[in-house]
Parts: sequence; structure tokens; C-alpha cells
Amino acid sequence: MIAHLSKPALVLALLAGTAAPVSAQTPADGQKLAFDRSKGNCLTCHVIKGGDLPGSIGPELTDLKNKYSRDELIAIVTDETKRNPLTVMPPFGRNRILSEKEINSVVDFLQTL
Amino acid sequence: MMWRVALPLATAFAVSLLALAPITRAADAVNPEADKKAFQKFFTDKFPKVKFDDFVNGPYSMNEDLHKQWEEKEQFPPYEFSLEAGKEMFSKPFKNGKSYEDCFPNKGIGIRQNYPYFDEKEGKVVTLELALNRCREANGEAPFSYVKDEMAALTAYMAYTSRGKPMDIKIPSDPRALEAYEKGKEYFYTRRGQLNFSCATCHVQSPGERIRAEILAPALGILNAMPIYRSEWSGMGTTSRRFTTCNSQIRGVPLSPQDDEYRNVEYYLSYVSNGLPISGPGARP
Repeated sequence: MIAHLSKPALVLALLAGTAAPVSAQTPADGQKLAFDRSKGNCLTCHVIKGGDLPGSIGPELTDLKNKYSRDELIAIVTDETKRNPLTVMPPFGRNRILSEKEINSVVDFLQTL
Repeated sequence: MMWRVALPLATAFAVSLLALAPITRAADAVNPEADKKAFQKFFTDKFPKVKFDDFVNGPYSMNEDLHKQWEEKEQFPPYEFSLEAGKEMFSKPFKNGKSYEDCFPNKGIGIRQNYPYFDEKEGKVVTLELALNRCREANGEAPFSYVKDEMAALTAYMAYTSRGKPMDIKIPSDPRALEAYEKGKEYFYTRRGQLNFSCATCHVQSPGERIRAEILAPALGILNAMPIYRSEWSGMGTTSRRFTTCNSQIRGVPLSPQDDEYRNVEYYLSYVSNGLPISGPGARP
């Protein structure tokens, strides 16, 4: 577990270090990224409240605050293949589909679901 | 034999190699027949309600409502214009008086199920699209684009005359043929592109699931319906078009149509669909 948590913890530490004002982005910005086909595109695979025509490959994104810590959510979006090598989910952080700032913004949104 | 006594370590090593050999061989052996059985069983187990022959209808085989829509669509098929054009082109002579009929067994009628085949002279896989352009060039005509238009029309006609015939891909006992098959299999299961998808990610792991409003087709029989009219493309597309656009969609770099790797993956994917009927040309959302 320690090995799993250390990377996201590091990511967070780095983010804190850069002092990028995470709070400058709102969950609404995260939602935009999550629904945007060329960005997060979460809706292509997941049912998400407020999204039309969701896909069905991944689990419905609901009650995430109770299911995962913020670190875990960041780790999943960054590279879910670390937890589950067979996952269909693209490694948004590892393959630079989203920037760290964008991932934080998406996670802000995910934590409202 | 004396060396064994003299070198007990080497003996132990040799013995352990011998012990491992059969295991290693079993794991490394390329066994297309066993692959095909396992591949087909995976899909028939996953979708016990889908009739075996219906897998060739892609997303329409996965969902009853869609199946009805498709049946209605087939009354006025969107690929008809292409099929008609292909039929006309196929029998029209080249400038030298010959035609496509002269390039193919049985004058090109009812042979779609035998493509791609492994050409032992060339040592490579030859697809139907490749054979058509080679026919043109051998007769002094310029080759067509591999992805749509004329190529789609010609393959549509050839598929149509072969409808219902079971896919029948042969792997001759030539190590190069097995290698081509194995490379195609490797390509099929290898993740690539910024999105990190393999062909199998969508078409083996997730068939029947939706990506937004679209339903993913099962890999089993997916090429039997080629070429296809896709509403998304507002037109016809060949197997080459399907492979290159898939690569673009996963944000990878598409290869050139009819690149060796595409030829190999078509060989693999067609072989594991042996026994399923040719249904092309098809229509897809």
C-alpha cells in the first residue's frame, strides 16, 4: 500500500511546491474537462451526473468521496494501470493527456459526485 | 558421457534445461488452431444468447433494439451504391482488354473468404485489397487508394458474391506463415497510442459496452463484414480504413495501409474468425 500511495503523495507534494493555486480552478472547470472529448472524456466510459449519453465500460462515478481518498483519485486518473494492469482506462497523467493541474481540477469535480 | 561426471554442475544445468524444455516449448509454441478455439469460446461464453453466425453483425449482434434497426436498414442498405459501382467496375475491361476476372481464381466470384492468404513465394500475407491493386498494376492501371471509394466498391462486390461462405483462412506449414500469424497476434494485443489501447482493449475486453452512444463490436467476425458503410464516415471504408482510423482514434500514429503489420493483424484476426460467414458489405453506425 505504501508503494501505491507514495507516488500520488509525491505528486501532491510537488504540486504544493509549485504553489499552483489549485483553488483557482473550480469543480465546474473539472466537469468541463471530464466531459470534453479531447480532454478527460470520462463520460465516454462512465455514467456521471449531469452528462448526456454516457458510456458503460467503467463504473458509475458516484459517491466518490466516500469510496476513495483524494490521493487515490489522483493516482487512478494519473495511471490506473499501476493498480490494475488490465484496466481499459487511459493513463491520463503518465501519457500527458491531462496536466497535473488538470488532473487536480478533475478530481475536484469527482469529489463533488 | 564422462563430462557429466567430471562436471556435475554442468550436468545439473543440462538436466534442468531438459526438464524445462517441454514446458518452454509448450508456452512458446504457436498453435493457431488452439488460439482460434479459445478465441471463439471466449465470445460464445461471454455472449451465450448471440447465435454464432450473428457475431459478424458487430454491434447489431449485441443488442436487440439495434438488431431491429439493422434489419430495417438492410431493406435499403446504405452500401448499395458502392456495391453497384463495384459490380460494374469488376467486369469492365482494362485498357489492355483484360479485367479483374483474369487475376483471381474462379474469376473473383465467391472467393472473399480465402483472403488474406499467405503467399509462400513472397513470404508474406496478401490481402484482397493488395491483390486488387496488384492486378491493376500488372495490367498497366494505376493503383487505387486503399481506404475507400473504388477499393471499397470492388471489395464490396467481391464480399457480396461470397456472402454466407465461412471464412477459410489457411496457415501453410511454412515457418514464415506462422511468424506472420504470431506477429499479427502480438500487434492485436499490444497497447499503443496516447490512450494506451490495444485492438483487444475495446474489441475483446469491452464488446457490447457503450462508448458514449456507440456500441463496441466484438473482434470475432469483425472483418467478415468488410467493407462497411459507416454513418460516422458518411461513406464506405475498407479494412485498411478501419485499421488506420482506429490507430488515429487512440492517438497513435497510423501505419501506411497494407503495411506488413496491418497485413499480419488481418491474417490473425481473419484466421480466428474462421467458420463465421462472410457478411460484407456491412453497414455500421
